[in-house]
Amino acid sequence: MASFATALRCRECHREFPLDPIYVCDFCFGPLEIVYDYEAMRKAVSREKIERGPLSVWRYADLLPCDQDPAVDIQAGFTPLVKAERLGEELGLRHLYLKNDCTNPTWSFKDRVVTVAASKAREFNFEALACASTGNLANSVSAHAAHAGMDAFVFIPSDLEQGKVIGSAVYEPTLVAVDGSYDDVNRLCSELAGKYNWGFVNVNVRPYYAEGSKTLGFEVAEQLGWRAPDHCVVPMASGSLYVKIWKGLQELAKLWLIDSVHTKMSGAQAAGCSPIVTAWEAGTLNVRPVRPRTIAKSLAIGNPADGYYALQVMAESGGSGVAVSDDEVVAGIQLLARTEGIFAETAGGVVISGLKRLAEAGRVGRDEVVVAFITGAGLKTQEAVSEALTPPLRIQPTIAAFEQALGGRPVAGSAGPGT
Amino acid sequence: MSKQRVKFTFPQELITIPIIYELGKQFSLITNIRRADVTEDRGWVVLELDGEMEEIERGLDWVAAKGVRVDPVQGDIVEG
Repeated sequence: MASFATALRCRECHREFPLDPIYVCDFCFGPLEIVYDYEAMRKAVSREKIERGPLSVWRYADLLPCDQDPAVDIQAGFTPLVKAERLGEELGLRHLYLKNDCTNPTWSFKDRVVTVAASKAREFNFEALACASTGNLANSVSAHAAHAGMDAFVFIPSDLEQGKVIGSAVYEPTLVAVDGSYDDVNRLCSELAGKYNWGFVNVNVRPYYAEGSKTLGFEVAEQLGWRAPDHCVVPMASGSLYVKIWKGLQELAKLWLIDSVHTKMSGAQAAGCSPIVTAWEAGTLNVRPVRPRTIAKSLAIGNPADGYYALQVMAESGGSGVAVSDDEVVAGIQLLARTEGIFAETAGGVVISGLKRLAEAGRVGRDEVVVAFITGAGLKTQEAVSEALTPPLRIQPTIAAFEQALGGRPVAGSAGPGT
Repeated sequence: MSKQRVKFTFPQELITIPIIYELGKQFSLITNIRRADVTEDRGWVVLELDGEMEEIERGLDWVAAKGVRVDPVQGDIVEG
């Protein structure tokens, strides 16, 4: 199969380049993105064809930039879209949905971008995949490389929690713990990407990698019965996911698969690392880099590559930016778990608390079809909530001890069996 | 000789200082600005440095010590 991608184009000066493993414009150093032949794509795709496709992101293969089949595929995507009745009631929203990306193979949305990046890296004949990550991306790159039989070089900060290290190490990549500040690690990895001929997923393969996030927009529209939601609430780190969900919805409209897109795009960040929201609140497109200080480490990108473009989408779509404290992050995780039975990582807590704030401020309407994006599972960041949880009741193995421990609290079913 | 692409972000108090000129002069680097946005209270410049690798590294350390934030042109590489 040949994709409908035709070129790479600079987002700043609009110069075009061949579809190579490159990521910045040689002329102005602006970022590159994929150009597609939408006329030809429109003739090839239909709702029916997509619906007959695999239950993964690859049902949208015609809308992705990969040329070869089979792709490097560990079944990323086509995750549940859950109608959130109880959470909706709590927040005063009648049509709230949760896109639950916790159910991906390595428990985060990163599998969507890495399956595309790994597939493209193999097309480019790279023998190794690489990334620098504090968790989710490292897990996903390690797993995809293992599945593809590629070498993997995964760079992590040396103070990373053990749980996140194991989530990568089990796939047996070359796992490198780097001493130094965040900026040191960032600079080293940028230099490594320039020195070694690897498929560095978010550097030289970035234009392809980022396209995987569009599938979240595609899936939500398909799962809503081929329509765009009225409002999306998305976690923002680099801003790429947020921008690409919007792009995904726009592409479906361009291909006549859905009607026009009226979706408001709102973005949520943790207050300890909120350069995009800070710029939005100041009414500027100039994103000032910050030094991250938040428990939401999967969103801790102080110098977001797509911050400028995220702000453009926010303005164009009429959405809002919202930043929440670390205490609200924990409360958001607990609220989601208590009302919907979904245990999200800290980014999910940012989204739920951000949504709560937006609803309270009237920025999300009671009758809107709202989709909140839950991008990673809570088992990865247990330490964030462990202290806030109620410890188990510890008792001797007798009914009397159990009832004493309950302390007179009303108990469901206490009238006995069959009543 | 080596080349490195970087982004400098200037705090307000350094905007009027000719740091890029001094960088080129003190460390024998060719500085080639490709994109920039500078106003009276803020500024960033994306540029390429051309010179000996050791001098590029010394020069970037000097710029950072002045209070300018130095980043790779593609933003943060380390993702969650």
